[in-house]
Amino acid sequence: MTPWKVSIAATLASLVLVLVVFELIRSRRLRERYALLWLVTGAVLVVLSAWRGGLNTMAGWLGVRGYPPAVLFAVGLLFVILVLLHYSTVISRLTDQNVVLAQRLALLEARLRERE
Amino acid sequence: MSAETGVRPVEHDPLLAGLRRIAIVPAFNEERNIGRVLDELRAFDAELEVVVVSDGSTDRTGEVAEARGAHVIRLPFNLGIGGAVQTGFRYAYENGYDLVVRVDGDAQHDPAQLDRVLAPVLAGEADIVVGSRFAGGSGYRSSATRRIGIRVLAWVVSAIARQKVTDPTSGFQALNRRAIALFAADYPHDYPEVEGMVMTIKHRLRLREVGVTMRVREHGRSSIGAAASVYYMAKVLLALFVGLFRRRIVPLDEK
Repeated sequence: MTPWKVSIAATLASLVLVLVVFELIRSRRLRERYALLWLVTGAVLVVLSAWRGGLNTMAGWLGVRGYPPAVLFAVGLLFVILVLLHYSTVISRLTDQNVVLAQRLALLEARLRERE
Repeated sequence: MSAETGVRPVEHDPLLAGLRRIAIVPAFNEERNIGRVLDELRAFDAELEVVVVSDGSTDRTGEVAEARGAHVIRLPFNLGIGGAVQTGFRYAYENGYDLVVRVDGDAQHDPAQLDRVLAPVLAGEADIVVGSRFAGGSGYRSSATRRIGIRVLAWVVSAIARQKVTDPTSGFQALNRRAIALFAADYPHDYPEVEGMVMTIKHRLRLREVGVTMRVREHGRSSIGAAASVYYMAKVLLALFVGLFRRRIVPLDEK
């Protein structure tokens, strides 16, 4: 079984994550669009940390013997990878849009200068 | 053309004549529908100006609209409906229009019903009027899941707004200068109507629904597919929930 201290610490840490994400949305520093994946991550981690039996069963399925919290690390890591991958696609889109904006602006300036 | 589209020229409310008015028409690849929308708007009110916001369209939407005398704003890439419509609100605000009607570029909204949508704004009874498919209008056909989704959202919005709302996803709207100013300053992202409704009420603008009938689109597809509707519901519900914890949804004082 997972040590109690680990369960408590992990639950608190994931609750803090959820609260921080919530506050960032509330204060309009994080858009809902980019918050959803974080909230899912936080929710999954809260459930797995607090529900000791569930974590134990999952560890059994995955063949993790001896130390069930390893599953917590694995799941946490998986979600972090998902979030990063998502951000990579977002950055790519922003890069493309930025190029288009710079080109449009430069063309507009050129047209204005030619008229003067 | 009137006979062809079934639109009768309307006897106008005399209040309309004194107002600078503009229709905001967001359109993403609607070259096959946009012409009809603009013709019908003209048939409804020849003096109604129109701004078409082409949201990164790759077809001839902009050209078709220009050929019919509309103002056309071409966004350099697709911003989504919220960003497109807000561009229209900013245009209307900066150019001093008193009245805006919002009509979608896919011809779902029938401009012949605009007199009903406009009436409460013209009478000074509402700041924003929303055409609802479920408030006495008839015969709205849609998939069961979409109807259930709209009902859930209507229930949530009614509870937050403490005012009965039946169709919070409708983009068929009329707005006065106060509402234009609010939405020009701040408008929700992605799918804006639901949160926009809550925003107007939090800002103590008067919101009214009137029954309308919407049409089934003839050409092309709706912008909301299956995966998108899951995201849509999650995002809108999250936004509404978080909104409960904001003292004011919009920091309008700062602007």
